[in-house]
Amino acid sequence: MKSAVITFPGSNREGDVIRALHHASGVEPIKIWHQDHDLPQGTDLVVLPGGFSYGDYLRCGAIASRSPVMDAVRSHAAKGGLVLGICNGFQILVESGLLPGVLMRNAGLKFICKMQHLKVCRANTRFTSAYKKNQIIKVAIAHGEGNYIADDETIEKLEAENRVAFRYCDEAGDTEKGNPNGSINSIAGIYSKKLNVLGMMPHPENLIETLVGGIDGRGLFASLTASTGAA
Amino acid sequence: MKARVTVTLKNGVLDPQGKAIEGALKSFGLEGVESVRQGKVFDIELTVSDPAEAEALLKASAEKLLANMVVENYRIEILG
Repeated sequence: MKSAVITFPGSNREGDVIRALHHASGVEPIKIWHQDHDLPQGTDLVVLPGGFSYGDYLRCGAIASRSPVMDAVRSHAAKGGLVLGICNGFQILVESGLLPGVLMRNAGLKFICKMQHLKVCRANTRFTSAYKKNQIIKVAIAHGEGNYIADDETIEKLEAENRVAFRYCDEAGDTEKGNPNGSINSIAGIYSKKLNVLGMMPHPENLIETLVGGIDGRGLFASLTASTGAA
Repeated sequence: MKARVTVTLKNGVLDPQGKAIEGALKSFGLEGVESVRQGKVFDIELTVSDPAEAEALLKASAEKLLANMVVENYRIEILG
């Protein structure tokens, strides 16, 4: 799998996701700077990592979404290429228009940094084939603006088209009780219409070692590796 | 030429920050505060002097970056 990880000024999770991708695929991802205009030839997957691009000034992800490299990401996505945005990367994807909706301040106003259960809503995508449908996984969340909001029409469409990737839930799988930030329908991650772009607030890249709390995040990177023809 | 762009949340969009400010104001015992919605103000200096040109420039600025049109509205004022 040939993957490219974009660093924006203020990204801070690129090292974690590079490690997770290398661990799963055996191939070292290529680091891309936000001012680059092109992705490496033959890129299968582009990752927008977590962090605080541009210090979250104006709105989270807003300034980064106007970076030169985002035109290349847009055309990669339009050609069906895989795009993964995690946390701030998800915020950048919604600001860039690659995914619908917006991530507002958490309903409780606090920055939340904790372990969180998620329900894998479907397992028949290139991001989740290593999981089972409705599997409950435990990963980390760390965000102040993860409250997913969109107009009623958009939410109805996302649900009807089965484009919710993950929902927050509690240990037993209850999505209402397990909602940490007020997101509509407990949405933690969504796909684009063609299922080749995934944005999610939680951090699967931080859960790939038992030593640091679990390996439930491995499935995402294993799925991506499998879907792009392995190492 | 000076201008001001005011960005506010659309009606119906939950504003937890506004709610917290509203709660704080009410906790002071200030009578008559009903609700608070928080927004942003951008004071912008322009090199152009034609009002129509300025308006178009500010509209583009607001829609391209200053406001997220999914949840926000904007208002342009030319201050002269």
